[in-house]
Amino acid sequence: MRRLKNILILLFLSLVSVPLGAQDLDMEEYIFGHIGDAYEWHITTVNGHTLALPLPVIVHSKTSGWHIFSFRHIEEEGEYQGFRIAGKGEPHEGKIVEQQADGTIVKPLDLSITKNVFSLMISSVVLVVLVLLAARWYRKHDAMEEVPKGFTGMVEMVVMMIQDDVIKECVGKDYKRYSPYLLTAFFFILFNNLLGIVPFFPGGANLTGNIAISFCLAMFTFLAVNLFGNKDYYKDIFWPEVPAWLKIPLPIMPVIELIGVFTKPFSLMIRLFANILAGHIMLLGVVAVIFLTAKMGAGLNAGLSVIAVLFGIFMDLLEFLVAFLQAYVFTMLSSVFIGLSRKEAEAK
Amino acid sequence: MSLITPDFGLIFWMTLIFAIVFFILAKFGFPIITGMVEKRNERITQSLQLAKEAEKRLDEIAVQQANLLEETRSEQNRLIQEAAHSRDTIIAQAHEQAQAEADKVMAHAREQIASDREAALKDIRAEVAAFSMEVAEKVIRKNLSDDAAQVELINSLVDELIESNKE
Repeated sequence: MRRLKNILILLFLSLVSVPLGAQDLDMEEYIFGHIGDAYEWHITTVNGHTLALPLPVIVHSKTSGWHIFSFRHIEEEGEYQGFRIAGKGEPHEGKIVEQQADGTIVKPLDLSITKNVFSLMISSVVLVVLVLLAARWYRKHDAMEEVPKGFTGMVEMVVMMIQDDVIKECVGKDYKRYSPYLLTAFFFILFNNLLGIVPFFPGGANLTGNIAISFCLAMFTFLAVNLFGNKDYYKDIFWPEVPAWLKIPLPIMPVIELIGVFTKPFSLMIRLFANILAGHIMLLGVVAVIFLTAKMGAGLNAGLSVIAVLFGIFMDLLEFLVAFLQAYVFTMLSSVFIGLSRKEAEAK
Repeated sequence: MSLITPDFGLIFWMTLIFAIVFFILAKFGFPIITGMVEKRNERITQSLQLAKEAEKRLDEIAVQQANLLEETRSEQNRLIQEAAHSRDTIIAQAHEQAQAEADKVMAHAREQIASDREAALKDIRAEVAAFSMEVAEKVIRKNLSDDAAQVELINSLVDELIESNKE
């Protein structure tokens, strides 16, 4: 077993360090290329030949309307139908911009299927299929008499763990109304976190570590909290149980409470985003050691590579934990916030 | 930096896709799983309760059975005693009856015997008288029969004889 591991590590080292070691590593491009979004899905580079999946660009220009074309055109021709990628130092760097007739650069409405969107689509389809597969078992079997095994059993175990330990505990008596959303959010985050750790296609997109994604998730929780909050919740915000001088003439407490309404989802957004992003950057940094030391001689490179791989394994395992933990924490805090908005006023 | 500025395109797609995923899973996914599991849990709780009740009832039945057995045994004993008692009384009664019957028969027999003997004695007396007459006739050969005094004498003699015989 140990020998096998050593062989695997050596194999891995020889694979990554030799062909790439020769060229200089642009750290910024390396890291942001991996964690950022892109209009193509870079899969791998074989012998200097880039293997990438060009994705559809969907843009709406104020002057010329809708444009849908493959990113391959921009990549090959630099500019296509007046659109190009903004270069370094330009506004909207790395995004598709439109060169107007008067020379100004305008960012069009960009609904392109980017790497993250494509990854989101794949993972969503897989997630839906997996959960429906598990749910199908219950239609085919008499769940009163049988207990599922294998995959369905695992899904059931996780679903019930979240439902019983998190949702039921934190939301309170009408937890059933919220449990589909909270379970969907949990599995969505967990699945995309795990997919983000997988280093090759179709994984590897930094989806949950993208602020747009965590922003949307936090927004859904914000809506779930505030759209269905009961009157005690709103009374606590605008007329909390504090001495009157804290409310009149200066509404100090209401203002603080109102800020709290927005900081709660904000913290959700930042927590998920920062945790996953940081994990990815650390992992990338550890792996970068191999490439950075490539020019410093074979001995040093080999020694540091071994350390980097060991650290990489450690980081991967840590990320595995974080993937679950962040999904769990997001669900739990969402449940707590929802629970607060559904809390009945305490009897006086 | 684009890292912390949410991209509108991604927000748009995320909202759309998450809404679809949520719709599908909330309709066909999670409620089915949680609902079934809850139903199963309910059933398990119910079954446990039923089992407990059944156990209790079984215990009750066992107690009843023991009671019944005890009752039967005492009833049996009672019946046996009763039977023995009635047997004894029947036998005693039969004894008594037999005794009475026997006594009756004996008395009857005794009476019969007495009357028979009386009759026999009467016969014998007559016969003896006749014999005596004949004997006397033969002995005396005289016309004794005419003589009433003679007959009287003989009768008294015979009576005496009988009396002496009786003693």
